[in-house]
Amino acid sequence: MAHSYTPGLTVTDCAVIWRRRQLPLPGTVLVKAGDRVQSNQPVARAELPGKVYPLNLANQLGVAPDEIKEYLIKKEGDAVQKGEILAENKPLIKWFKTEIRSPVTGKVESLSTVTGQVLLREPPRVLELLGYVDGTIVEIHPNQGVTVETTCSLVQGIFGIGGETSGELVVAVTSPDEALMPTHLKPDMKGKIVVGGSFLSAETMAKAKEIDVAGLVVGGIHDKDLRTLLGYDLGVAITGTEQVGFTLILTEGFGTIPMAQKTFALLSAHTGEKASISGATQIRAGVIRPEIIIPRRAGSLTGISTALPERDGIQIGDPVRIIRDPLFGKIGEVSALPSDLQKIPTESEVRVLEVKFADGSRAVIPRANIEVIEGS
Amino acid sequence: MSIQEAGKSSHPLNVIVATDCGSTTTKAILIEKVDNEYRQTYRGEAPTTVEAPFEDVTRGVLNAIAEIEELSGRKILDGEKILTPNRAAQGDPRTGVDIYISTSSAGGGLQMMVTGVVQNMTGESAQRAALGAGAIVIDVLASNDGRLPHEKIERIRTMRPDMILMSGGTDGGAVTHVVEMAEYIAAAEPRPRFGATYKLPLIYAGNKDAQGQVKHILGEKAALEVTDNIRPVLERENLAPARNKIHDLFLEHVMQQAPGYKKLIDMTGAPIMPTPAAVGVIMETIARRDHLNLIGVDIGGATTDVFSVFEGVFNRTVSANLGMSYSISNVLAEAGLANIMRWVPFTIDEQTLRNRIKNKMVRPTTIPQTLDELQIEQAIAREALRLALIHHKSLATGLKGVQQERTISDVFEQQTSGKTLIDMLKLDLIVGSGGILSHAPRRVQSMVMMVDAYEPLGFTRLSVDSIFMMPHLGVLSTIDEKAATDVFVRDCMVYLGTCVAPIGQGKDGERCADYEIMFSDGKVVKDQLTFGELRLFPLALNQKATMTMQPAKQVNLGAGPGTPVTREVQGGVVGLMLDGRGRPLQLPADQLARVAALTKWFSAVGLYPTANKNVEF
Repeated sequence: MAHSYTPGLTVTDCAVIWRRRQLPLPGTVLVKAGDRVQSNQPVARAELPGKVYPLNLANQLGVAPDEIKEYLIKKEGDAVQKGEILAENKPLIKWFKTEIRSPVTGKVESLSTVTGQVLLREPPRVLELLGYVDGTIVEIHPNQGVTVETTCSLVQGIFGIGGETSGELVVAVTSPDEALMPTHLKPDMKGKIVVGGSFLSAETMAKAKEIDVAGLVVGGIHDKDLRTLLGYDLGVAITGTEQVGFTLILTEGFGTIPMAQKTFALLSAHTGEKASISGATQIRAGVIRPEIIIPRRAGSLTGISTALPERDGIQIGDPVRIIRDPLFGKIGEVSALPSDLQKIPTESEVRVLEVKFADGSRAVIPRANIEVIEGS
Repeated sequence: MSIQEAGKSSHPLNVIVATDCGSTTTKAILIEKVDNEYRQTYRGEAPTTVEAPFEDVTRGVLNAIAEIEELSGRKILDGEKILTPNRAAQGDPRTGVDIYISTSSAGGGLQMMVTGVVQNMTGESAQRAALGAGAIVIDVLASNDGRLPHEKIERIRTMRPDMILMSGGTDGGAVTHVVEMAEYIAAAEPRPRFGATYKLPLIYAGNKDAQGQVKHILGEKAALEVTDNIRPVLERENLAPARNKIHDLFLEHVMQQAPGYKKLIDMTGAPIMPTPAAVGVIMETIARRDHLNLIGVDIGGATTDVFSVFEGVFNRTVSANLGMSYSISNVLAEAGLANIMRWVPFTIDEQTLRNRIKNKMVRPTTIPQTLDELQIEQAIAREALRLALIHHKSLATGLKGVQQERTISDVFEQQTSGKTLIDMLKLDLIVGSGGILSHAPRRVQSMVMMVDAYEPLGFTRLSVDSIFMMPHLGVLSTIDEKAATDVFVRDCMVYLGTCVAPIGQGKDGERCADYEIMFSDGKVVKDQLTFGELRLFPLALNQKATMTMQPAKQVNLGAGPGTPVTREVQGGVVGLMLDGRGRPLQLPADQLARVAALTKWFSAVGLYPTANKNVEF
């Protein structure tokens, strides 16, 4: 039976997860099934073809395209050094000689007698794919990559920027509603993943960059500070390739929003442990959310295999986060699930649910405007 | 096999189930023949399941159909199979359907890269061919696009299109540039978006004299298909062969790679169409049937599609990053805060608004709960609609580069070739579709959003798609035009009414036009429309009235400044709207005056349930 779709973000202390590590083009897998790998260890390698430089010899020599072969010094497939002569004409008077030199080091890939151009290709660039998380190789995808399995604590954020990194987890604030201030950041946080509370200001970001922290995890930021950080207004939420000096993960959203108690407690419990994080977010055509993975140390866990629970619709008692104004960011639990459509102040008739908050108050919220906090 | 042939079935089509697999939700509708007339009876919805953990689009389809089963009490599914045909002949009309059909834009739709030789000639023709086939064009490469050759190659390499369309040169013209582009593509070795194991589909529709060389260069590197030149001579475009090829390759290659689509293709009784192509079919059908000039818009979460038919010429554009959820933040970036705020009837500080918009972007499925949130979303929608139409106007043009014969009379009024085909004064109908328009709590909100965004001139009728079923009807019309037309007229199209907007500007309170409306019951209303005024008269669906307007001296209703016009106007669920706010529409620059003007207009047409107040945060 179809049921109403309620998005959720996972916050769990124990889960077994798999991360597929895939090369952008076929290459060599460097590990084998069963190997233990570290987050910063290469697991596969590929050679990215070099850049191509077209050069129109016919134009430069002032000859017809189908004549260029007669002027070539280098042939198809030959290696060339930057500045080496590729082609030259042979005039009667030496002064009129024209030499065409290669603008790059590489090889002559092809030549065309229709257009008169040669294509030069730079040497390939080696690309190493890292393990990303400490774990075990459970599957090899020949020439493509591997799948790494790890038993870990997992926190999914709502939005992030910056790519994959890893480092020691450190909590810089004392409570989830405390904003992360520049004074919280100390020089010994270099290369670490710093957890803040409700908010991160532009000043704190600048300080984080100065100290060279690996990552920041906070409840919220202002959009204007994100714009300052990136240097442009982010239009579509497809991120992960930004280079701003650190990886940033928001657990709640935009604005000053206390981090969910459950998330804060979980991260606090793992202070000093190594974590892998990724800011990559894609909210379209396949949702990717940023994540914080804290692998269990080998031997710290025995006989537990906890896959993420499969959820079958929302139920009374589920912990939820309200994700739209006017109660944006508040956390409570589902106390009633009326099935009939109800009219909300906009006059739309929608499916709703009732949320009970810690102080005992209740509110009726459209089902589309809550998010289940998933994970045990 | 053509669509028509594929859709032919041996049994009559009395019960039809259709789905549209969108990027977020899969929407299913049931169409039944009742008393010799087709009606849409039930609808179901479920999340699209193209992505992990399901990675099988048919799961979402089955869930959406299961919802219809629950609501209608009809048995349609047998496990994972759709029961066809309907068992009426066996005495069990409540079991099975006669055909299942579908459209799809899941997984980001059909993403194409196109190439031409001259950017605003063959480059644009290729773009129009791809857009008309329902694609999103991710880049247009041309010999004169200003990029250096190695930059072009790098760009082709980094793009991961589903398909490439190559054009360039007129038949019999020079081949060098188009061969050069083929060489760049070959050097770049482009890879398809889905899967690394198959060759990228590439259509060559350029100078026919270069076909041999293009085959030689690209034959091994791509799944090359050659078709007729889209610009055989400068004066004529020939887009149909390339569009048909795009549809074929979409089904043969792209769809085969998307998760679960092989199963979906087996389930359907007619070829799956890209969603925008199906909507385009419906728009063209309406325009042809009623001899109309129309603009249609489908504003979604990620993209806004604009369709137009003017003097029989169909055009479609897609603004890939203008939408109401995934791309909402981009509307803010492109329109600017001031342009959005001009439609908001209260004050709100910039930081709060920016954060709210970003929160909608990261949680795209949320809905406005309070009135001020609704007003902000509808303000953003106006700007998304406006920007998408500007984009459409720039591409829906006559052919550029065509030699024009000039006479002595053109000396003072020379027009360049490639003028936009969109003439708002000749526009008969605006058709709106997409969540924010189809599901606005009051229909008048849809009408005002479109009027504000498009600023129609003179007399223009407006309508909306009732529950978003144009894609379904588009694909249905390819197999049974009567069924599609029946449902379209009775259940899909909701006529909102007519907007009458004189062209000209004046001070608030100055005379804009005198008018006389003669209603069908004999009632006559005579009054004056002043500048800065918005009026709404009830004129029900299927009712008509005769309207005579005598504009002020400098004001034009299409017949010339100060010239009176008498027209028959048609009603709708909203009515007859007289827009004296001036064209071009100007809003007061002063913040308080603007809020006051918006509040006055909104209450004049009953846009929102309560009077607005300044909202403090």
